[in-house]
Amino acid sequence: MTIDTTPKMRWWDRLAHPGQFMAWTGYIVWPLTIVTGALFALGLWFAFFNSPPDYQMGDTVRIMYVHVPTAWLSQFVYGAMAVSALGTLVWRHPMADVSMKAAAPLGAAFTAMALFTGSMWGRPTWGTFWEWDGRMTSTLILLFIYLGIVALWRAFDDQLRAARVIAIFTLVGAVNVPIIKFSVDWWSTLHQPASVFRADGPTMPGSLLAPLFAMFFAFTLLFITLQVVSMRTEVRRRRVATLERKAAREAGA
Amino acid sequence: MNGFSGTLHRELRLALAGSGEILTLLLFFVITGALVPFAIGPDKVLLARIAPGIVWIAAFLSMLMGLEKLFRPDREDGTLALYRLGELPLWAVIAAKVIVHWLTTALPLLLATPFLALILAMDMESFWRTLLSLLLGTPALAAFGTFGAAVTVAIRRGGLLAPILIAPLCVPVLIFGVGAISPMGGPDQAGAALLFLAALSLISVSLAPFAASLAIDWGEE
Repeated sequence: MTIDTTPKMRWWDRLAHPGQFMAWTGYIVWPLTIVTGALFALGLWFAFFNSPPDYQMGDTVRIMYVHVPTAWLSQFVYGAMAVSALGTLVWRHPMADVSMKAAAPLGAAFTAMALFTGSMWGRPTWGTFWEWDGRMTSTLILLFIYLGIVALWRAFDDQLRAARVIAIFTLVGAVNVPIIKFSVDWWSTLHQPASVFRADGPTMPGSLLAPLFAMFFAFTLLFITLQVVSMRTEVRRRRVATLERKAAREAGA
Repeated sequence: MNGFSGTLHRELRLALAGSGEILTLLLFFVITGALVPFAIGPDKVLLARIAPGIVWIAAFLSMLMGLEKLFRPDREDGTLALYRLGELPLWAVIAAKVIVHWLTTALPLLLATPFLALILAMDMESFWRTLLSLLLGTPALAAFGTFGAAVTVAIRRGGLLAPILIAPLCVPVLIFGVGAISPMGGPDQAGAALLFLAALSLISVSLAPFAASLAIDWGEE
């Protein structure tokens, strides 16, 4: 009779093995892609054909269905990156490194999209492409931080060392996220205050809220799908690098 | 405390040994400020209005110039490895470096501010306000700069990366720094901005050595 002395592994410990990660994410990439596509189809149909134009803004209100979800993701992705950074620093979880690296370009892209759509929306409604108000300025700074982190990942040769250094920088940069969140409350500027997630309920009619929520879930699932796919790519990239090193060593010996 | 003051002395002596560098820094600061009238035209009223912003930008850029020198020479000649193994904790060494960085970059700039104030047609009151806001705000810039240099020291060609990384973090310092000089909402706002500047400096100077020492430890391992 043998006694099983291997300690019981929790599910996130088991995840630490990249092979495990590749195995189970292999099953979810296609379902995720299909659900995301379906949600986008539903959300876009709502946004273009089944929601009324705003009584003040007219059809330009439809920019909101891209602007609000991407603006939300610009902050959410940073939050995900900060949690991954904690995973790297506290538990030294190898998949946290990969997640942190995969999220940075995605966050930069969503932030750029939020800024671009906001600018497109600002021109017809506020009469200006750009205004130096609290939220726009802090979102621009967030974009710079994302791009700095992407540049940092590219500058390091050794990705394992890079992960821990970048994790610290990510956590230091995280002070900007609450500033963005509360900027519209602290500085009363051009940007409107929160109108969807409020303690007293949304201040928006249901006909605008339904497409917004559909697009909101579609974009969030898009992020999750892209995140999983680029994490898989990163795992494969590291495998290739290891194999190359091995081949070089054998050729040299 | 003996090790700390010893480190402080060493760092200060090294920084002053190349005092040509301080002169270069001063020249850079003054030239940056003096270029603005050429770029926007010598309109004295306009210059006087934007002079505090120009001085702040010039000081900010000048303080970014010296970041490369902060850890890289120490890393290349092995001193950084000794610091990490030494009795004095690494964060204390870095605290000494923050102090020396401020003494050898920010302090000379403060002394050169009257010259910029003169050629940018600043009046007496905004000159003193600018000096005060620089005095309260530059420690935060020194702290962020040291952190940025620590994050990028392990990268072989990280020269331009540190300024890019920390510039977004320095934005609040610039906002409150200039807000303390040309307040939009009267003198109350200026006082609040000065308090915010002091708070930013206190927080960043006290936390940066720890964050920077973590970054160096994990980057070198």
